[in-house]
Amino acid sequence: MSPRVARAVIHGLLIGGTLVAVFPLLWMVAVSFMRPGEASSLPPPLWPAHASWHNYDVLFLRAGVGRYLFNSFAISTAITVLSLAFNLMAGYAFAKLRFAGRERLFRLLLGMLVIPAQVAMLPLFLMLKYAGLVNSYAAVVLPAAATAFGIFLVRQYARGIPDELLEAARIDGASEWRIFGQIVLPLLKPVMVTLAIFTFLTAWNDFMWPLIALTGQEHYTLPLGLASLAREHATDSELMMAGSVVTVIPVLALFLAMQRYYIEGLLLGSVKG
Amino acid sequence: MNRQHAAWGFLAPALLVLGIFFLLPVIAAFGLSLTDYDLYALADIRHLRFVALHNYWDLLHQPKFWSALGHTFYFVVVGVPLSILVSLGAALLLNSPWVRGKTFFRTALFAPVVTTVVAVAVVWRYIFNTKYGLLNYVLGLVGIHPVDWLGDPHWAMPAIILFAVWKNFGYNMIILLAGLQAIPGDLYEAARIDGASVVQQFRHITLPMLRPTLLMVAILTVSGYFQLFAEPYVMTEGGPLQSTTSVLYLMYNEGFKWWNFGTASAVAFLLFVIMFAVTGLMLRVGRRGEAA
Repeated sequence: MSPRVARAVIHGLLIGGTLVAVFPLLWMVAVSFMRPGEASSLPPPLWPAHASWHNYDVLFLRAGVGRYLFNSFAISTAITVLSLAFNLMAGYAFAKLRFAGRERLFRLLLGMLVIPAQVAMLPLFLMLKYAGLVNSYAAVVLPAAATAFGIFLVRQYARGIPDELLEAARIDGASEWRIFGQIVLPLLKPVMVTLAIFTFLTAWNDFMWPLIALTGQEHYTLPLGLASLAREHATDSELMMAGSVVTVIPVLALFLAMQRYYIEGLLLGSVKG
Repeated sequence: MNRQHAAWGFLAPALLVLGIFFLLPVIAAFGLSLTDYDLYALADIRHLRFVALHNYWDLLHQPKFWSALGHTFYFVVVGVPLSILVSLGAALLLNSPWVRGKTFFRTALFAPVVTTVVAVAVVWRYIFNTKYGLLNYVLGLVGIHPVDWLGDPHWAMPAIILFAVWKNFGYNMIILLAGLQAIPGDLYEAARIDGASVVQQFRHITLPMLRPTLLMVAILTVSGYFQLFAEPYVMTEGGPLQSTTSVLYLMYNEGFKWWNFGTASAVAFLLFVIMFAVTGLMLRVGRRGEAA
């Protein structure tokens, strides 16, 4: 095959693949602006005949999606802030501080990575029930406030901090907390950004645990609200597409804005693991 | 001494969270699976009885457990290789030195990964619609009769696999792409001078060099695919005729629909054991192949 033909074939395949990957998302946006019933016709319309915000009005004014949007933002932000603080501190300690039982504890942490989260879900539900926390924000936020993966990620990164830097600060009489706050944290900024994006996206997209822990609609996140709407309005395609747009756009925008950090983190967490 | 104290201060919040909200429940899950915890016990803990391995024994005699396990294996056995093949294909294309606009293609191909499963499952449910769905329309253009994708027990799982491959291939693509880029270019250079064809180069350089990355990607994907839940929950509600009821779907139903926490915990534990065995086996076979 001549290079010119090979080049054309490769680009053709890539363009085809890209269309398949992106088309459902673009179409979702197009259908969300169609009038009720418009999408149920043949051939499937690719573009709204008369674009309108009707479906979004219904979602926010009648279906209470504004509330779900708020819940999703509140829960994902709280999880991100808490787990960032906890994982950074613990990851740094595993990487740079000496304490009895460090290796054993770290191995336990690695072991936890292979246990599927669903094993913990039933007892966790009972625990939260007896604590009176079922159907509260805390039921979703607290269990996600630290992760073995996050600690592992921070540790991998923090190992690169030179010991001399920390020793010099100790000789100058700085306390451990001050060293962490003023020397370590600024150095951890890249992994902090990565971890923040990862955590926020995971929290936003999470489905099974919120489904179990949140029993009342007033606390529903967007995926839960959308799943319950999908069961009620199975045939209302245009409305459902609008709901999907509201759910997907925030995370897609975050990813597009920060994709360099996201992809770095993805590789840091897997290839170098 | 002071430093020891400080270290535990740094560790305490994370370890407390992981201990209370993960490790303790995992241990409790095993205990729970040895009891008959149900709606009555939920109302009054005095109704709780220890039943030893009865839940496990019972499950192994129930067709619904085996069918859920079968559907999950179907999803894993067909979905994982398909997903990795697509990822590898995309990574190879992107790695080609001739490609222009790599960043654009990479971003576009990766976009489905960051979307919310529930939201895009809703979109795909519409694409799979028997009458007005785009997929049947396109198939109709080439003369294929409409398929009742989500309503026919034979087609529901293939449809979910198709969706899962679309949703997930970008993740492995990025990891494989990094693996490809780590292969030294002079290996290919030398092979070209020896007159090796593109296919030969792929078989004798790319595949062996990529092996560790492929193994890791395979293990990550297998353990991810064993956790099938949200897709059937939104697209088919486990149907039609239970054909998309996965092990986790069974756990969810047993636990949170029928409140049989003892049985549900046994289901969760069996899934964990199976996942552990399968990924352990893959790791062993993969490493042996590497040494040979």
